[in-house]
Amino acid sequence: MLTMIGKRLMFAIPSLIGVVIVTFLLTRALPGDPAAYFAGPAATKEAVEQIRKKLGLDKPLIEQFFRYTNDLAHGDFGNSLTTGQPVATEIRNRLPASAELTLLGLIVSIVIAIPLGVLAATRPASWIDHLCRITTTAGVSLPVFFTGLVLVYVFYFRLGWSPAPLGRLDVFYSAPPTVTGFYLIDTLIARDFEAWRSAFSQLILPATTLAIFSLAPIARMTRASMLAVLASEFVRTARASGLSPATVIVTYAFRNAMLPVITTLSMVFSFLLGANVLVEKVFAWPGIGSYAVEALISSDFAPVQGFVLTMAVMYVLLNLIIDILYGVIDPRVRLEG
Amino acid sequence: MKRRDFLKSVSGLAAGAVLPAAPSVISSAKADARSETLLIVSEGGPNNLDIHGVGTNVPGYEVSWNCYDRLISHEMKSGPGGVPYYDRDKFKGELADDIKIDDMSVTFKLKKNAKFHDGAPVTAKDVKWSLDRAVSVGGFPTFQMSAGSLTKTEQFVVVDDSTVRVDFLKKDRLTIPDLAVIVPCIVNSELVKKNASEKDPWGLEFTKQQTAGSGAYKVTKWTAGTEVIMERNEDWVGGPLPKIKRVIWRMVPQAGNRRALLERGDADISYELPFKDFQEMKANGKLNVVSLPFSNGIQYIGMNVTKPPFDNPKVRQAMAYAMPYQKIMDAVLFGLGNPMFGAAKDKATDVAWPQPTKYFTDMEKAKALLAEAGYANGFETTISFDLNFAGVNEPLCVLVQESLAQLGIKTTINKVPGANWRTELNKKEMPLFTNVFSGWLDYPEYFFYWCYHGNNSVFNTMSYKSAEMDKFIDGARTAAATGDKAAYEADVKGFVDLAFADVPRIPLYQPFVNVAMQKNVTGYQYWFHRRLDYRAMAKG
Repeated sequence: MLTMIGKRLMFAIPSLIGVVIVTFLLTRALPGDPAAYFAGPAATKEAVEQIRKKLGLDKPLIEQFFRYTNDLAHGDFGNSLTTGQPVATEIRNRLPASAELTLLGLIVSIVIAIPLGVLAATRPASWIDHLCRITTTAGVSLPVFFTGLVLVYVFYFRLGWSPAPLGRLDVFYSAPPTVTGFYLIDTLIARDFEAWRSAFSQLILPATTLAIFSLAPIARMTRASMLAVLASEFVRTARASGLSPATVIVTYAFRNAMLPVITTLSMVFSFLLGANVLVEKVFAWPGIGSYAVEALISSDFAPVQGFVLTMAVMYVLLNLIIDILYGVIDPRVRLEG
Repeated sequence: MKRRDFLKSVSGLAAGAVLPAAPSVISSAKADARSETLLIVSEGGPNNLDIHGVGTNVPGYEVSWNCYDRLISHEMKSGPGGVPYYDRDKFKGELADDIKIDDMSVTFKLKKNAKFHDGAPVTAKDVKWSLDRAVSVGGFPTFQMSAGSLTKTEQFVVVDDSTVRVDFLKKDRLTIPDLAVIVPCIVNSELVKKNASEKDPWGLEFTKQQTAGSGAYKVTKWTAGTEVIMERNEDWVGGPLPKIKRVIWRMVPQAGNRRALLERGDADISYELPFKDFQEMKANGKLNVVSLPFSNGIQYIGMNVTKPPFDNPKVRQAMAYAMPYQKIMDAVLFGLGNPMFGAAKDKATDVAWPQPTKYFTDMEKAKALLAEAGYANGFETTISFDLNFAGVNEPLCVLVQESLAQLGIKTTINKVPGANWRTELNKKEMPLFTNVFSGWLDYPEYFFYWCYHGNNSVFNTMSYKSAEMDKFIDGARTAAATGDKAAYEADVKGFVDLAFADVPRIPLYQPFVNVAMQKNVTGYQYWFHRRLDYRAMAKG
């Protein structure tokens, strides 16, 4: 097992190197001159040149690249020019915000989508199957920012049930001391239940928005793979042997149908983590997606590179975890490089 | 019962049931804090707390303005609609107690009890170090200082511990006003020097993250891109102690949500909303909406005069007659702007800027002028705009495109990403574009020096060069410095007339700065930098 993990991590190294090179070149190829941008509206040509020198952008590309990789090797992702902070710190602070939101959204989504998919598969063409189809189609065809705005409009602006969409905590609470970076956990550790409630109520709407969007792939995949498994011979045998329907479906069929669902989950998770930019924008969520997009808009190289690199690392790790999970769920799956 | 009260009472009940009553006490303390706290929501936040830093953005100026003091500042006067408006011509001491202007220098006596946030007294050494820093760090601050002929560290002289003299390089009317802008702020030199390094002698890395001034507020927490929290400096001597104890400034990227926060009463003040929202909020009267013209600012259509067809003044005049002025005012701005067109034919030119041109939409005249210039069948061109301000620029360019199509001019719209806009302006290759220029220093010759002078600064986006124009502008600058009123007036009228006759750029309107706030928020003041000054604000 450990050698397998080690092997897998080794294989990830070339792809990470590739990511470093490609992001470096891509950010350099972006239109726009960061020196002119940061020199401000009233800059003269000399001022722009001064800034360029300060940012090290007057050096040849190859030298910039070696500097960058050297810094990376020392764990230095560089400084963001738009927020003025070291990129590593920013990502460390923002990743938990995105992860907490995405995880919660995903959990909500799983809790709804998997039973829905299973039920739809066991009763094809029944009302529950149609319900499954309608919810998933609706969920996936509504753009997330739209769902988010509608939810804010109804639950905050009209009904006033939800707190102001102002990020992770109500303005008058202070953040708990950082242990995990997840406010729901950190507030509990700090035994600050009021802040926990505030953090939780801030999470409800954005997490629901994400859940609505990610329902579709999970429910559809569950339904499809359950249908395939239910039609297979071992299920027929189990049924013929007089096992209760619950045992057949949960113990035998569902376990076998889980592999593609897990794969989908990993895809959905990594997709949501990077792509919930719009949700973050709507709810003023201090997450990693909005950070990367803002950096991109202002030609701020370092955060973009840092973001892509972090995402690549996360992707590698996530795939590894999924592969390990495969083995746990289905012993027939052998883990090899 | 309000939602917040309701939630509070519910949480009080719940807490009371489960725990001892302590949490509910905390809650009511929080409610009290709210009345002395100003909650601002805006799209963008600062990237640097120090205006001397590399690439500090405009929200960063707001922090600097409120957390640092300058030697002098402006008095207030009553502006349009009774809103307090900074008085361009009247100065008052902020850190300075006494100001003595001589022929070639100005001497400031510092307030005796002025202290930095860490308790260190503000001395003449700090002032010199800060001004030296502003003219030395390069980039925007140094550029802004040079606009007032402040370029050399030798100009700043320590007379004694509490007296500083600023020597003039030459006579320049803009030197004193330039000492009252945001840039020449006074920094705690000892504190910053302790945190400076060989690579960073001015300690820019240190002041990027924290404020080291003597101003009315100090930043206690800053999470870039999320929030800035500022607390009142109880020992401030720059003016009367501000009423607001705490300022929480949250970044809310979604304009619709900012409006919802205001309308639900959760946020106190916001700006940067679409014009349509401001117009609607004005109409429904639940909030106070202040709309004031940018001082010395104009949105215009520029034309590159070095290349055909816009090298021909007849074509440029035709363009000026073909602009859909009123449509832009109505459909793009919803009336929130001052028209800069359609002055009466016989109106004499004012000694003022901005002032409206005598152009108005007249397609027949435009057609005739175009035919005279030899373009009876029109031509093809591209109109560019900055995507950062797409809310105004995009509909504006579409209207222009439509209007020009009637003359047979085929226009393609080129959307330039914000990060790229300055590079494009600097290249001076765009044939046709729209842009805004607004000067911090509110003097006609200042505007013209940047926008029309043959030294071809970044803002002379049209590459316009005219010896006659330069003579007027230089003449006005000299006349202003020496106080020759008659010559000054003649020169200002001269350059305005020439700019309108030659029309390298077509003025459209003077934009408005719009701020929406709760009815109980008072004390909003308009400043040349157009950002908020918390020091005068209060929550009633």
